[in-house]
Amino acid sequence: MKNVVAPIVVVVLLVGAVVAYSAAFTVDETEQVILTQFGKPVGDPITEAGLHFKVPFVQDVTAIEKRILEWDGRPIEMPTKDKTYIKVDTFGRWRIQDAKPYFLRLRDERSARSRLDDILGSETRNAIAKHELIEVIRTTKDREPARDATLGDAPGSIGVLYPIRMGRAKIEQEIFEAAARKLKDFGIELLDIRFKRINYNESVRQRIYTRMISERQQIAERFRSEGGGEAAKILGKKEKDLLQIESEAYKEVQEVRGVADAKATQVYADAYNQSPEAVSFYEFIKTMETYREMLDQDSTMILTTDSEIFKFLKDFEESN
Amino acid sequence: MVQRNEFRFDPNDFDFKKLKPFLFLLPAVLVLWLAYTSVYTVQAEMEGIVQRFGRYARPAYPGLNFKIPFGIEKVTMVPVKRQLKQEFGFATSGYTDKWQASSEQPLERSMVTGDLNAALVEWVIQYRVEDPKAFLFKVREPKDTLRDISEAVMRTVVGDRTVDEVITIGRQEIEADALEMLQTAVNKYELGLSIDQVQLKNVNPPTPVQASFNEVNQAQQEREQMINEANGQYNREVPRAKGEADQKIQAAEGYALKRVNEADGDVARFNALLKEFLKAPEVTKRRIYIETMKEVIPKLGKKIIIDDKASSVLPLLQLSTDK
Repeated sequence: MKNVVAPIVVVVLLVGAVVAYSAAFTVDETEQVILTQFGKPVGDPITEAGLHFKVPFVQDVTAIEKRILEWDGRPIEMPTKDKTYIKVDTFGRWRIQDAKPYFLRLRDERSARSRLDDILGSETRNAIAKHELIEVIRTTKDREPARDATLGDAPGSIGVLYPIRMGRAKIEQEIFEAAARKLKDFGIELLDIRFKRINYNESVRQRIYTRMISERQQIAERFRSEGGGEAAKILGKKEKDLLQIESEAYKEVQEVRGVADAKATQVYADAYNQSPEAVSFYEFIKTMETYREMLDQDSTMILTTDSEIFKFLKDFEESN
Repeated sequence: MVQRNEFRFDPNDFDFKKLKPFLFLLPAVLVLWLAYTSVYTVQAEMEGIVQRFGRYARPAYPGLNFKIPFGIEKVTMVPVKRQLKQEFGFATSGYTDKWQASSEQPLERSMVTGDLNAALVEWVIQYRVEDPKAFLFKVREPKDTLRDISEAVMRTVVGDRTVDEVITIGRQEIEADALEMLQTAVNKYELGLSIDQVQLKNVNPPTPVQASFNEVNQAQQEREQMINEANGQYNREVPRAKGEADQKIQAAEGYALKRVNEADGDVARFNALLKEFLKAPEVTKRRIYIETMKEVIPKLGKKIIIDDKASSVLPLLQLSTDK
């Protein structure tokens, strides 16, 4: 007997272990579980992490992601309302909120992703087409840009933000609302959608570059002409200052000399005019002085013996 | 096939009885193995998250820790103290964290500014895992999500600014705004991360436009240079002209002094002479005359003395200056 009981116990224990192993399953913090019976979901999804049990052999466990998932859209080229072609790269975050419809309608993440691609892609396209480019670029309506003081009052559109009515955040919200409604039916909760990158397409980019270059050249030209103008101003002032300095000096020189000449003239006149004798004496010595200066070896002097100096030469007596 | 050294395990040959003395080792080995699988160390910079049957159980802090073995409890290590970084638009080589940089660097740095210009912006964010539980369980790809948010935030900030603000004057403001917006978004997204820093690296105009931006700088310098040169010329000429004017005036003043002094001297001399002259006018006059002649006549080239009655010889004289 003993020999028969022992194997039976072992078999029962083994079968029990297999059944228990098949009935128990764990649910991770990161997942939720749907139990399926012959491929059909049964009961509510299990969202609580931990150890759980199911009907062994008959039911299967399908794990579905519970965490917030990322959707990274492919960059798509599309026109804005002002017919500018831009490449828009969006990303969104979503969660499998209701695992049952999700499982029934989409089965797996791959098909969920393609559905997200379709819906978010077309809603993005719609929203972009409804707005002008600047609305997708800017966010804050009344932001006053700081101006580069060194650029001064640059001409035209330089240093100016284009005005907006909606802004990036509101357009993102617009896409979000439209898409979230459509995704709800799939058990998907869209958490948000945002523009990751927005860039000009190649031909627009060339145009933008050309404009940027011409704007900068305008600024550069202005700097150069400012420089020329400033320099001319300084040179003009130099010219004026030089003439002023020179003429003022001339004026003062003439004044000083004039005063001195007048003073000297007066001194001479006073002295020479003091008496009739003085006048004649002055006349006499001045004439003598003049002779001294006037006559030199190039002069020829013809003197008659009548002259004062030779009067003794002819006749001593006569002169007495 | 190569023939291997034949070693066949034949259960019939094996004498199990020989193992009997070693049988007592079995429980000891079992206990050792149990201890080995239930003890683990958490490194200083890490925090462990323990899950029992997949459910969050408790955190594990640095040091020696225990868990229930046989896969009932599972530990995941999260580096909470390590400062991590992500680079956008560029990559420093030799990184090990695959989320530190991407392969789409040119796309990352290319942005549109609020005045519809384009700019190339490179930046870096420094972050840490603050809440390891949220980091592990809330979001599937937290680091990818962080990269995406960071790009969206930076473009939002840059999109609200002019190209000049982005490239030159508004850098600090951009860093501050981006940090704030990024932290808000990270909190909202429950990534379990804390953003320490947003740093702008190279910010440039697009390559084809760079030359014209440089031209502006160059023109600015040219302007300064032109002004400086003009000032130089001014400073070279005007002070000299001032000096020269001063010189002329000084000379004129000298002339004035000389003129007056000479007049005074002349007059003094004249007065002295006059005084003597008045004492004996006739003699003095004569003396002066003779003295003058004495001085003058020797200097003359030709001296012709004729009697007044012989004036007819005059036309015969060769009055030439030739020697």
